Amino acid sequence: MSLAQVETYAGGAQPRATRPTRSGWRRWRLALGFVVPVGLALIWEAAVRAGFAEGRLMPPPSRIGATILGLARSGELWPHVAATLQRIGLGFALGVGAGTVLGALTGASGLARALLDPLLQALRAIPSIAWVPLFILWLGIFEASKVTLIAAGVFFPVYLGTLGAVIAVDRRIIEVGEVFLFSRLKMVRRILLPAILPHYITALRSGLGLGWMFVVAAEFMGASEGLGYLLLDGQQLGKPDQIVAAILVFAVLGKATDTLLLTLTHPFLKGYDLNHA
Amino acid sequence: MSDLALDAPARDAPTRITTAARAGRPPLARFGAALLPWALPLGVLVLWQAAASLGFLSSRVLPAPSAVALAFWQALKDGSLVTNVLVSTRRALIGLAIGGGVGFALGILNGIWRPAETALDSTLQMLRNVPHLAIIPLVILWFGIDEEAKIFLVAIGVAFPIYLNTFHGIRTVDRGLVEMARVYGLSAAALFWRIVLPGALPSILVGLRYALGIMWLTLIVAETISATSGIGYMTMNAREFLQTDVVVLGVIAYALLGKLADSLTRAIEHRTLAWHPAYRTGTAGLAA
Amino acid sequence: MSAARQEFGDGIIWIADEPEVTLPPPAALPSGGATIALNGVEKAFGERPVLRRLDLDIPAGQFLAVVGRSGGGKTTLMRLIAGLDAPTAGRVAVGGETVEGLQRNVRLLFQDARLVPWQRVLGNVGIARGPDWRHRATIALRDVGLADRGREWPFVLSGGQKQRVALARALVSAPSVLLLDEPFGALDALTRIEMHQLTERIWREHGFTVVLITHDVAEAVALADRVVVLRQGEIALDLDIDLPRPRREAGDAAASALQARILAAV
Repeated sequence: MSLAQVETYAGGAQPRATRPTRSGWRRWRLALGFVVPVGLALIWEAAVRAGFAEGRLMPPPSRIGATILGLARSGELWPHVAATLQRIGLGFALGVGAGTVLGALTGASGLARALLDPLLQALRAIPSIAWVPLFILWLGIFEASKVTLIAAGVFFPVYLGTLGAVIAVDRRIIEVGEVFLFSRLKMVRRILLPAILPHYITALRSGLGLGWMFVVAAEFMGASEGLGYLLLDGQQLGKPDQIVAAILVFAVLGKATDTLLLTLTHPFLKGYDLNHA
Repeated sequence: MSDLALDAPARDAPTRITTAARAGRPPLARFGAALLPWALPLGVLVLWQAAASLGFLSSRVLPAPSAVALAFWQALKDGSLVTNVLVSTRRALIGLAIGGGVGFALGILNGIWRPAETALDSTLQMLRNVPHLAIIPLVILWFGIDEEAKIFLVAIGVAFPIYLNTFHGIRTVDRGLVEMARVYGLSAAALFWRIVLPGALPSILVGLRYALGIMWLTLIVAETISATSGIGYMTMNAREFLQTDVVVLGVIAYALLGKLADSLTRAIEHRTLAWHPAYRTGTAGLAA
Repeated sequence: MSAARQEFGDGIIWIADEPEVTLPPPAALPSGGATIALNGVEKAFGERPVLRRLDLDIPAGQFLAVVGRSGGGKTTLMRLIAGLDAPTAGRVAVGGETVEGLQRNVRLLFQDARLVPWQRVLGNVGIARGPDWRHRATIALRDVGLADRGREWPFVLSGGQKQRVALARALVSAPSVLLLDEPFGALDALTRIEMHQLTERIWREHGFTVVLITHDVAEAVALADRVVVLRQGEIALDLDIDLPRPRREAGDAAASALQARILAAV
């Protein structure tokens, strides 16, 4: 391990000299980043083809690709994707709704904070997944308990993020609003919302990430549809290619929804200095 | 309240003045203010017990607090609680040590050595998109339902938050300090131990705290799906026999273990980040 | 938790109580100046020249102030002398030896004090460690008037105190050249005057060569033996200041005349 690199970061004026070639180098480095995963995939593919490895427990990329294509072509994949998306959509909406309302309430009112926050903080200590058996007992094994679990997972980051953002609003910019004699509504629209928004969107993103984790857990509890069902089905029937295919679809969907959230919220963040985000 | 009473004389002069000033308020009001945060949880508990005792709440839905306490005593007496907590804790800690160690090492390596970052970081960022719980079926195919499966899952789960925060922490160390260290002749090793690592420490600890949450969460799911021991197994088993009191006990056990882990990291933060204005405690170093 | 403390090495989390030391008389840290010579020095970043064929000889022990507008090449000049950057052409020599890389006998004070927040004050002063560092750091701290602050965390110090600690950190290694990169720029006026007096006293006691980068003409005239004005990478004025010391910060007619001459060249 060498420290030479850390030292060169401190080269002060040095980067300025090399600026013209920087973007080219950056693109080149991005390409270099694919060397390891693509190389590993190729080696594994070759090893299985040459008969050095069996590839039963970890199927080679070509077989995984064929499985995804097959599932997509036969139309088998889409109902599962739709079921999973519906669950996470519903759970996310509920969790975000509850988290936003309660977070804004406890952030704005000291009394509400004194009353509600200790309870919610105590509940937060329980990993949301631990509720699963109780949710099943209360709500049955079907959709309601799954959506509730996802909503519970989404709720806490959104609640904490909203509460934290409201509390952290800079007193000085509120004073600016007071100096200009803003109405209550205008104060919220012009001062509070813009101040809260960047943190709020970060909270939404971590909520979404947890939502994806919990949709997996929820579907493990037993589902006849959904990507989690594909996973369990693959395990019970000993089809690792189907498992890996489902894992990949999970990863792609997770990344896609996060990108979607970023794209949708991007227009609201124009003009912010997002270096800290 | 006894806490407050013990605390007051130990404080320094200015604080005592304010306490004295506040003492002018009626003692009942102070008592009420201290009690307010506990009002709702306590009220819920009392209502819960009342509803269960009066038969409004079926024990199938939610057992009375007294029933949970009884189940606790029972499980403590026959040793099953202790055994299961120990089994779960052992899995959690081994997984944390392995996954945390790997994540930390990768974070350091990629943080201080550009070629490693170029080669590895984008791979790790891609893998991060996979919800690690989704690999449970694959892991079961690989390892069966042995200990390795659970430990592997926990390790995978904790490795990413620790990696990301270690890497980020090292990259955001103040470059001015690194330059100063060069001018003042620090060797590469001294630069690492005295500037880079302590500078990254707050971020690493944030990663650790996050990883601890992931650790319990992973373990619960893994133990629910495939285990013959551990708290997750205990609760899932109890659910099948409709022993709701044991289910609630399991939930509480997870909560306490999670809280304990969280408090431990907070304590570590307070110890190691005493230099940080945001973490300063007590009067140490505040003579100015 | 004690494990963590060991894991992260010595001094990171705290520094144990320093042993009692009997302090030697002032200026006990040996010093003395070194000459600085720049011959035909050029420096360019890409296409943009910052220094053009610069020749400058600084005798040992001189207090030189370099004045100029932002972007005039002051900081670049200083980085070349410190060995942080290499010249595009020409030669920089300290004590007769060509500068290649960082210099052991050259120390630098930055605009911001750059104290390590997780080291106590004494640990900051002795940041390079080495044999007997506690003893030398204690002496240096006393030299800058902060003898009793060794166990504080940096965040409790005021801006002026932080720069004093930074000065002590430079003194520990008994440098023969001290480079000051606008270290007083961010301080309030009264603290700045205190720092001027302190810097002048320490320079007189130790006798090292000082290069002070500043855009404050009054500061340059109050402190320096000689003022050089850098304009667009070239020396626009080279002026000896032979006012008697100790000097007054304001209200001196001769100083005002010199300031006016320098301002005209900037």
